[in-house]
Amino acid sequence: MSETTIHEKLKAEVKDLNFHYGNVHALKNINLPVAEKKITALIGPSGCGKTTLLRCFNRMHDLYPHNRYEGEVILNPENINITGKDIDPIEVRMRISMVFQKPNPFPKSIYENVAYGLRVRGVNKKSMLDEKVEASLRGAALWNEAKDRLYNSAFDLSGGQQQRLCIARALATDPEILLFDEPTSALDPISTAKIEELMLSLKKQITILIVTHNMQQAARISDYTGFMMLGELIEFDKTDKIFTAPSEKLTEDYITGRFG
Amino acid sequence: MEDIKKRIAISKLWNNAFLIVGLLSTLIGLVLLFALFIDLFIEGAPRLSYKFFASFPSRFPEQAGILSAWVGTSLVMLVTAAAAIPLGVAAGIYLEEYARKNWVTGIIEINITNLAGVPSIIYGLLALGLFVYFFKFGESILTGGLALALLILPMIIMATREAIRAIPNSIREASYALGATKWQTVKNHIIPYSMGGILTGIIIGLSRAIGETAPIITVGALTFIAFLPVSPFSAEFPFISFKWLLDPFTVMPIQMFNWVSRPQAEFHVNAAAAGIVLLIMTLVMNAVAIYIRYKFRKKIKW
Repeated sequence: MSETTIHEKLKAEVKDLNFHYGNVHALKNINLPVAEKKITALIGPSGCGKTTLLRCFNRMHDLYPHNRYEGEVILNPENINITGKDIDPIEVRMRISMVFQKPNPFPKSIYENVAYGLRVRGVNKKSMLDEKVEASLRGAALWNEAKDRLYNSAFDLSGGQQQRLCIARALATDPEILLFDEPTSALDPISTAKIEELMLSLKKQITILIVTHNMQQAARISDYTGFMMLGELIEFDKTDKIFTAPSEKLTEDYITGRFG
Repeated sequence: MEDIKKRIAISKLWNNAFLIVGLLSTLIGLVLLFALFIDLFIEGAPRLSYKFFASFPSRFPEQAGILSAWVGTSLVMLVTAAAAIPLGVAAGIYLEEYARKNWVTGIIEINITNLAGVPSIIYGLLALGLFVYFFKFGESILTGGLALALLILPMIIMATREAIRAIPNSIREASYALGATKWQTVKNHIIPYSMGGILTGIIIGLSRAIGETAPIITVGALTFIAFLPVSPFSAEFPFISFKWLLDPFTVMPIQMFNWVSRPQAEFHVNAAAAGIVLLIMTLVMNAVAIYIRYKFRKKIKW
């Protein structure tokens, strides 16, 4: 790919990252800067490795056997490699939260869903939890809909509300980076619009990395976009540039709908 | 057009044919079981009285009761539950959530599945060698309870694993992504969400154990016993006693078997009455299982 340096403060940086699922070489020499308090989108056809790359950021691959990282994912300001063997994946996950493709609330109350990350961290003080739950639900634009039924099951919420609940749950622990794995692919257009709006307001405080199938979504909300194919990052640039004047032929073909 | 109609008619014929076969099969099973139950009830019900529950066995059928049998069964089940539930659930959780999936766990899995199908008398022999001769627990409630625990352990392990497998992986990932450790995930999510299935498995296992005769006879349960084990509760300090664990005992199925094998018809009536009691004990356990499952599943839908 063409080396693009961006003039931003970087929250994280992927350097020569290779990833293997057993014998499958899923990510090949990825280099990707993640600008602080910006939205970076990863697009590409199915199976290109964008979700795999995203899941390297919170070490989700460590949950399954035969997975191997080579290279680095640097997290700033400490300048540590979070895929390193000496770094505990739990520590990484405490700093970097994730919102999944399908809403996956716990079968518990709305309150307990949001409070769970704090409970894991040993916070059990009611006043502290109350405060955080409210702040997170407000942050995820769900407070008005949920405040009167905090102790109802999370499953009573609609799909879009459930996904915002998952965002609130991820926000409650004050993450430094928020990872989104196709967060709106299971939602209707109105819920999608709400979540996009939410992401734009969240980037004032948090660095966001999003994988999306929806190119319009990437164009609408992201500041930077990376295009991936077959495990490689083909092109990375400012979103405007990628969607108006991509430097790579492959990128152009993909965004104009010639394949994928 | 005519062709299609003919085709549909033939297909429907087969459909209806199976409908009839299926209905008949269901009815045969149901009717037979129901007839058995009614027969038992008609024969045994008149014998059920307070005295029947409060008397020891006797040479005289009208004075004989099931006191030692139902107390024995209750205590044996207590031991069985106390041993089999923690071991089975912990093993199931370990195998499903902690153990790496490789050929060793594969072999363990096949073995556990096969163990569930081993004839119960084999467990009796194993318990005889292990608990009676090796550990010297004697022909006691402890031995009987542990023998039955061995018998239902594979069932509880399998039920636990099945229940855990029904939890979608996305729930685990959600928990881990928030920074939870494996134990936090197991304690806060895996166990509560699989509780319904685990409890159902436990009660099915206990229902099986309550009716077992062979392993209990093998470990040397008595067929005639006219005293109760030491009471678990006492008026003096420390109020709880475990001496009963090492006392001899009998259980309901053995008492029934003993009565059925007598020549006098009155004893057969006693056996039928004891059968009703045993059936009701089992049905109550199953009802509890169904209720618990309903309670837990109502809250959770994937």
